[in-house]
Amino acid sequence: MIFLAPATLGFVVFYIWPTLRGAYLSFTEYSLLSAPEFNGLDNYDRMLHDSFFWNALGVTVEYVVINIGLQTVLAVGIAMLMYRLTQSITVRAVILAPYLVANVVVALVWYWMLDFQIGIVNQGLTWIGIDPVAFFGDSHWAIPTIAGINVWRHMGYTALIVFAGLQMIPKYVYEAAEMDGASELKTFWRITLPLLRPILAMVLVVTMIGSFQIFDTVAVTTQGGPINATRVIYYYIYERAFTRFDFGYASAMAMVLFAILAVVSLLQLRLLRAKESDLA
Amino acid sequence: MRTRLNPGRVVAWACLIVLMILTLFPFYWMLRTALSNNTQLSGHPNALLPVETTLGAFKRVLGLSSVAEAQAQGGSGASVNFWLYLRNSLVVATVTTVCQVFFSAMAAYAFARLRWPGRDKVFALFLAALMVPPIFTTLPNFVLIKNLGLLNSFAGIILPGAFMTPFAIFFLRQFFLGINRELEEAAMIDGAGHRRIFFGLILPMSAAPITTLAVLTYINSWNDYFWPLLVGQQEQVRVLTVALGIFRSQTPQGSPDWAGLMAATLIAALPMILLFLAFAKRITNSIGFSGIK
Repeated sequence: MIFLAPATLGFVVFYIWPTLRGAYLSFTEYSLLSAPEFNGLDNYDRMLHDSFFWNALGVTVEYVVINIGLQTVLAVGIAMLMYRLTQSITVRAVILAPYLVANVVVALVWYWMLDFQIGIVNQGLTWIGIDPVAFFGDSHWAIPTIAGINVWRHMGYTALIVFAGLQMIPKYVYEAAEMDGASELKTFWRITLPLLRPILAMVLVVTMIGSFQIFDTVAVTTQGGPINATRVIYYYIYERAFTRFDFGYASAMAMVLFAILAVVSLLQLRLLRAKESDLA
Repeated sequence: MRTRLNPGRVVAWACLIVLMILTLFPFYWMLRTALSNNTQLSGHPNALLPVETTLGAFKRVLGLSSVAEAQAQGGSGASVNFWLYLRNSLVVATVTTVCQVFFSAMAAYAFARLRWPGRDKVFALFLAALMVPPIFTTLPNFVLIKNLGLLNSFAGIILPGAFMTPFAIFFLRQFFLGINRELEEAAMIDGAGHRRIFFGLILPMSAAPITTLAVLTYINSWNDYFWPLLVGQQEQVRVLTVALGIFRSQTPQGSPDWAGLMAATLIAALPMILLFLAFAKRITNSIGFSGIK
């Protein structure tokens, strides 16, 4: 039993207990200075009327949609390219590289490359005759920019998972398709994609849960601005808790985020029938 | 699978190469900027090589140059000491990884091999914890660490991740389940207890997955930002990611110290790049295997 003792201690103290306590705090008013005071559903009621909260949700959803859409398409594309062209571990390692450096590092490098005045990207745009874009300063561009940066960091990782999935599709399926004279495109849409479904479903759920929790990139670049254009839900919770010391309200919002994630994951898994494979 | 060159393959290769360049270019740009003289950067924004190549930016962020020197090269002159932050990151990532992997391996062994009532239910509970978004537990954890008086201490940064993660237990349990039981039974007949089987048999036989897990844990811990931002802002325990955020917010708005900032990001990224080069094959293959993380 001694084997289980340290892990159980950590689990109870840093997972179970805070989960219960977080749920309790969400029904309280708590500023860290005095004991939490039970206030029923006040926090949730307040959330309903908090335009910042709704804005944060909206901005987060916009981010999630752009991020997941772009990332999934690119990752499947890269995985297909690698699958058809090369098994090289070097190529895979290069593609994966961005995933290994910190979000903060990635955010700062792109913050520099996308600088309005002397960033290399805007230099390139000017060179081909396009007006420079205020990637972080323009409220329409800020969220797509942050989504793009994170796509750059994660697409290789996702591509490798899809790549592993591609390798599990038996060769005879393709041989049969070729014998029937199916075109490359048709093979992709009719065979590869449906057979990838279980893996794709997994990838979608995991990336979605991850992207709802976007924080690092926002924290070191825009810090929620311009105005409220990038105040995503995680960042808003963070601000409420750690600059306003409004722990009760922050916990209530975290609770809602938790619920949203649970519902969306279950829906996705159900809709994509993640557990069944068409191969069976 | 060698086939003759055809137009389709050429286009496909071109796409892949463009993607690889897109992946690598920001790394190069980081290096190019870090080696430049910051005062000259704005004059040559699209020079592909470093502008007035100098190690000044590195000296500046490592706290090795005087205020006057730093300012002459476009630094803010504020004192930053990335040596210290580097050390802090090393301490945090190393202790977290060693403890987390070791304790998780012990628990994984208990779940894979020992027989006790309710084992599978408890394991399911551990897995369920994967579903809880970190911020939900982070707020109460912060309160706990604060009440324990551990804010701005290594203990405060390390403790929550030191004992286990559900993923680590899950990952290792899979491997332990696959180990041949006969060896253990033979050892048992020879009178070895669980302790000896674990240390003498299971751990050595799982050296490969344990290394993979340790490398992944190390990278995650090194790159973590949110938790150390909350509990470890003070200089003596500040890790690289937090230091970068602070450095970025302190650099003057009008004339940011891009060279210094890039030198600092490179210092933060380099150990991970080296670790990756050393374990590239293992890391890349593990992603195919474990499916999710």
